[in-house]
Amino acid sequence: MIVEFGAFAMILALVLSVAQVGLSAVGRLRRSALLAGAGEGAALAGFGVLTLSFAALIYAFVISDFSVANVAANSHSEKPALYRVSAAWGSHEGSMLLWNIALTGFGAVLAWRGRALPRDLKASALAVQGLIGTVFLAYTALASNPFVRLADPPVEGRSLNPLLQDPALAVHPPFLYAGYVGMSVVFSLAVAALIEGRIDAAWARWVRPWALAAWSFLTVGIALGSYWAYYELGWGGWWFWDPVENASFMPWLVGAALLHSAVVTEKRGALPGWTVFLAIAAFSFSMLGAFLVRSGVLTSVHAFAVDPTRGVLLLAILLVFSGSAFALFAWRAPSLTPGGVFAPISRESALVTNNILLSAATLTVLLGTLFPLIREAVTGEAISVGPPYFNLTFTPLMALLCVVVPFGPLLAWKRGDLSPAVRALLPALVLGVATGLAALWLLTPRKAFASLGLALAVWLIVGALTEAAQRIRLFKAPLAESFRRLRGLPRGAWGATLAHAGLGIFVLGACFETAWKMEAAQTLAPGQSLRLGAWELVLKDVRRLDGPNYEAVTARITALRDGREVCALSPSRRFYPAGGQTTSEVAICSVDVSHLYVVLGERREGPGGKPVWLVRGYWNPLAVLIFAGPAVMALGGLISLTDRRLRLAPGRRREAQT
Amino acid sequence: MRRAGLALLAALASALCLAAAADPAERLPDPAQEARARILFKEVRCMVCQNESIEDSEAELAVDLRRMVRERVAAGDDDAAVRRWLVERYGEFVMLRPSLSAANLVLWLAPLAAVLAGGLALAERLRQGREAAATLTPEEAERLASLVGGRNGHDPALKSSPDDPIA
Repeated sequence: MIVEFGAFAMILALVLSVAQVGLSAVGRLRRSALLAGAGEGAALAGFGVLTLSFAALIYAFVISDFSVANVAANSHSEKPALYRVSAAWGSHEGSMLLWNIALTGFGAVLAWRGRALPRDLKASALAVQGLIGTVFLAYTALASNPFVRLADPPVEGRSLNPLLQDPALAVHPPFLYAGYVGMSVVFSLAVAALIEGRIDAAWARWVRPWALAAWSFLTVGIALGSYWAYYELGWGGWWFWDPVENASFMPWLVGAALLHSAVVTEKRGALPGWTVFLAIAAFSFSMLGAFLVRSGVLTSVHAFAVDPTRGVLLLAILLVFSGSAFALFAWRAPSLTPGGVFAPISRESALVTNNILLSAATLTVLLGTLFPLIREAVTGEAISVGPPYFNLTFTPLMALLCVVVPFGPLLAWKRGDLSPAVRALLPALVLGVATGLAALWLLTPRKAFASLGLALAVWLIVGALTEAAQRIRLFKAPLAESFRRLRGLPRGAWGATLAHAGLGIFVLGACFETAWKMEAAQTLAPGQSLRLGAWELVLKDVRRLDGPNYEAVTARITALRDGREVCALSPSRRFYPAGGQTTSEVAICSVDVSHLYVVLGERREGPGGKPVWLVRGYWNPLAVLIFAGPAVMALGGLISLTDRRLRLAPGRRREAQT
Repeated sequence: MRRAGLALLAALASALCLAAAADPAERLPDPAQEARARILFKEVRCMVCQNESIEDSEAELAVDLRRMVRERVAAGDDDAAVRRWLVERYGEFVMLRPSLSAANLVLWLAPLAAVLAGGLALAERLRQGREAAATLTPEEAERLASLVGGRNGHDPALKSSPDDPIA
């Protein structure tokens, strides 16, 4: 009964979404506060109802109701409770429901918190948001219904892929979807502003918190997925330039560009057209991701979620929404004023440079992802575009961006002066160059590009701190004065400093780990050891250790450095009878911010017929920073979100005055 | 990365697991040659896998490809020769780095073209900005002329014609 209730609630949410479109649109046209208010009510109610619907789906998974097709296909009664819950968003159908939750959720927040928005803009934006919700809810209800019952229910479910039974992955999709779909509000506000013909500094200020929130969620979501790949796939890789990863990375890049161009529009009234363009592009890339991942055009057939028929529907949704938004943009753009004038050396120029590089990087990722399709369609030849391509194109663009980043916040608006900025950044420059040279000199093997990467990382981190130090006049004013300024620093400034420093932290970890990681592999009998740089890994024994829904062998390995025991590791291999898969559970020992990463491989026949095990050890120096960097970036975004200046309602106040 | 994609990665990994390239049973005796082979592995696609290099894959095909690349390296082929040999046998699909050919020109030039286009747009914007700053609106010109004219006694109309580009 609860499942039927869930299906009913989902349909009701669809109806409420339609009502939201109608009430908001008519409310806007007739300038009726009553109708527009009713539209807001529909948005709130739609979210509430859909939450109940989702709860019903989770319930079906928790009690393992295998009469529901989706539960039977993706769950198993012996699975731990957490993974029974997370299996609710592990399939095509369930994940679309989660997407819709995020969509209506953001719409509800817009209806509830958007008091600062002018009434007309808000009603238009809610109508657009409702339209997106209507289409995606209709897609879910008609083509991807997670509540379908089976006439002949099986006794046991087919289980979720064991690699996905993981705490990081349980929370990864909700974060990712909040990021993807958060961009829908940015999209709706952009389209509404184009309809209203009002794109100015105030509009940019209304858009920025949504873009910040979505971007921060996306940052966390991508980092969680990357961390999962790092420890679950068993060779310590954390980014593969896989089409699926690229699909999430493109909205992130556009979101980052949007955050910066929105600042220019907000503070200087310049680039309104470009900011609107990015606002539309960000959600278009989110929808492109939804299409790419589910349609199977880029990945081999995978029965889990790939479905070409439904892929075509998603492509149609993407084309209709993006197409009409961009058409509206093309129609309205000529009427937009270019805004404030600025000199070549100015904060505007620095931020535009940021946008050029981020856009070029997005284009590179897009082309790298889609080019095999294009080539095959045009010449009929299959080619591959893999990591070497991105290393040669994307990485130089980002390196260039890293050079520019610290200058941005130090240059004045309109007309900046380069020499004080260079003087201020001298410590960062000296430390960066010194780091690069030291790396080149001290680290073996000698790697020039990676050393340059370390130099850039230090330049970024110290550069970010320099900006903060300038703001509080550190060492230039008495310490008490600096402290007073420190407390008065706007949260937005803290956010930028943290985000830029986080980028530096990431670059530091990524370059160091990639260039100077060590590995060793050997077959070991109990008592034997493997040498890995300064480490000695001793295999003590291998035992059978079964879990709730798997059989496992676990090795006990002691890691010694310079003869001293530093950690005990227990990597294991698991066999899941439900799906017939074998997985490897790596063991990671954190030593400061570096990782000792040990994998238990297959059992082999040793000398004299005794069993030996293949053991691989990796020393991943500074690996923690790869994931700490994005965490700091996301934290920066969230702190910036709490800035008073964003919460105040400049537009409403301005309107009240006029 | 969406769930579905993760499922794909997961399927990959469960099928292939573990970076197999380091397997001691496969290694070449000469460490310099082994190191070269390992760098080459990263450029070669395991064609039955999804977007995976033979460095990372334990699929049978990857094992075979690694053995063959190691054989070529041990036989004294340089990197370019090994790449050529692979492409001749398996087609361009096998290389994760697309070739610098006419058909791939767009792919390789697009990043640079995007930066250049952006740079030109910025330069144009700056030029327009300078012109806008240098050009006075008729009202501004009149006001300026009245101030200047009032002080110097010149005919303001001579200085403040809105048609005059340097005004």
